[in-house]
Amino acid sequence: MSTVQTAAGPSTGRAPQRAPGKGGAQRQTTAGWIFTTPVLVLLGLFLFIPILMALWVSFTDWTGRGSPFSSNVETVGTENYQALLTQEGLSRQDFMTSLRNTFYYVVGVVPTQTVLALLLAVIVNQKFLKGRTFFRTAFYFPAVVSSVAISLVFLFLFTGTGAVNQFLAVLGIDGPTWFSDARGLIHIVGDWLGLWTIDSPPSGLADTQVMSLSLWEWVSGPSVAMSAIMLQVIWTTAGTFMLMFLAALQDLPTEVEEAAMVDGANRWQRFRNVTVPHLRPTILLVITLGVIGTWQVFDQMYVMTQGGPSKTTLTPAYLSYDAAFTQKQWGEGAAMAFLLFALIFALTSLQRFVLRDKDEAATRKAARVQARAARRKGTAA
Amino acid sequence: MTQTPAGDSIAPLARTKATRDLTTTDVREQQVVDDGNLVNRSGRGKKIAVYTALVVFALIYIYPFVVQVSTSFKTDADAVANPLTLLPNPVTTAAFERIAQTDFPLWFFNSVLVTLIVTAGRVFLDSLAGYALARLKFRGRNAVFTTILAVLAVPGVVLLIPKFLVLNYLGMYNTYPALFVPLLADAAGVFIMKQFFESIPVSVEEAARIDGASTFRTFWSVVLPMAKPALITLTILSFQGSWNELAHFIIAADDPRLYTLTRGVGGLTAGGLGAGNQFPVSMAAALLMTIPTAMVFIAFQRYFTQGANAGAEKG
Repeated sequence: MSTVQTAAGPSTGRAPQRAPGKGGAQRQTTAGWIFTTPVLVLLGLFLFIPILMALWVSFTDWTGRGSPFSSNVETVGTENYQALLTQEGLSRQDFMTSLRNTFYYVVGVVPTQTVLALLLAVIVNQKFLKGRTFFRTAFYFPAVVSSVAISLVFLFLFTGTGAVNQFLAVLGIDGPTWFSDARGLIHIVGDWLGLWTIDSPPSGLADTQVMSLSLWEWVSGPSVAMSAIMLQVIWTTAGTFMLMFLAALQDLPTEVEEAAMVDGANRWQRFRNVTVPHLRPTILLVITLGVIGTWQVFDQMYVMTQGGPSKTTLTPAYLSYDAAFTQKQWGEGAAMAFLLFALIFALTSLQRFVLRDKDEAATRKAARVQARAARRKGTAA
Repeated sequence: MTQTPAGDSIAPLARTKATRDLTTTDVREQQVVDDGNLVNRSGRGKKIAVYTALVVFALIYIYPFVVQVSTSFKTDADAVANPLTLLPNPVTTAAFERIAQTDFPLWFFNSVLVTLIVTAGRVFLDSLAGYALARLKFRGRNAVFTTILAVLAVPGVVLLIPKFLVLNYLGMYNTYPALFVPLLADAAGVFIMKQFFESIPVSVEEAARIDGASTFRTFWSVVLPMAKPALITLTILSFQGSWNELAHFIIAADDPRLYTLTRGVGGLTAGGLGAGNQFPVSMAAALLMTIPTAMVFIAFQRYFTQGANAGAEKG
């Protein structure tokens, strides 16, 4: 990293050579702005202005006809947000359903894909292995293929009489009708354990409403249909994260591992106490990218399920698209997009805080205290 | 203030290369240790375990693509009755013929055109801006860079409605430019190019500048040729991004003549061609849209790997 730091400040080293050239500085300023203007204009036009427009629309009842700024579009204050968060009704019920679905989706996908990616990386990183490149390629390939193409393949693999169920039948398992099965996994497991029966849920759970959904609905777990999508997404994205872990594994200094070996640490101890701590920043990055990505899931819902069966694959991203483009409730759709944005932002901040490097934080704090002490001494003297 | 995070993240492109050179020596050292130590006893068992795991995972990863290829040459009835068998019986190209009669060729053409424009535009604009941010001293540079970092933090999917609003307002909705102009805005690419330009030595361009070359000329004929690895990485990321893009095409136009592959094929399942059990058709369509990706992937595999890690550092 130290060499990198010096490379970061190339402009400082140049000053003496060009010192007299005031014209040169002027030229650089002009060129600098000309070079960055196209990108800035594009970002302004298709990112900043749109966000402001959508923020405006989220406070109106615009139906998609004419300009959202015309005088016959009424501002409704925070009504759209209230309909999603505080008012009893279909809007809130759908929104809460989508949050529930995506919560289970994220909780299922992120840890699994992280562990799978690490496992694949460790396997592919074995030095004795022949054909490492081939396997690395095979595991990464799904990540570069269009999600639409992959979705079509999985729709076929997971049909009622499809390849997956035929394979399960060989093992003596009667597979579900994946994409039309709305039963929640936790409901199924509870039924199986004898805690409840799915068809007549315990009244304590079914009759208590929290935020427009009954407790029974909240604890459903991902539906079978959602689980099929989860399997697909884990399968697709693990390859990308595997590459990140591979790069990090190759940075692991051999001496450290050798030292651990000499100390008599067994393979698992070495993995647990040497490799995993070394991978910590990568694990944090993979989890963060995973959370950001999974909360945005949209393509699979658009291609495969359109939110069904029984709204169990509805996600905030798809619901917001549907509310605006299909139901013509643009204000509510825009409000949902902003709520999703806020949610992702809050989650990633929280995550960074919880998983932050505690040693580093402590060092930094110590440095701050020291600096403050030094300053105080300076003023005293 | 922004110096530290920027410094940390320059590493990926340069570092990946360095580690690649190192691995060969690592392998040798590792083997010496492995062979001469207690590990030897469990060596064979470990190899068997690793190879078994590999074969299982390889099957899980490759089988779906094999099924896709074989099903596209099956009849509808054969596909439904024998989804697991790999040999079509009888072999038929009926699915492809049916696809040829649809708008598929038009979708394919649109996808190719949009991908070419987006890729060329992004590579040019991103390297211009990346170079300015890495090398040119100008007032406001830090502000520009901070803006670009902020853009990276915006989740793409929440921009769907906002983008439609602006396209609609500008009268661009349902036009060809709506498909590609918004996709040209690419903060991640600027970031990658900036990192790369910072990692190459200044001396060469100094010489060119002292010789009196203009800033653009220095950039174009001296710096850019040195940035080939980064340019290829960016080309691949842009290709992959625009060829696979779906959400933007959904909100940018609803005229069937402006459908790209993802939009057109994605609609197959919601009625039209995919209605009923015409799986060979949907598998053939998926196959045809995967082939260009596979070709680019195989040709530039090394750069895909680097691209994944370069893109990662932006988080």
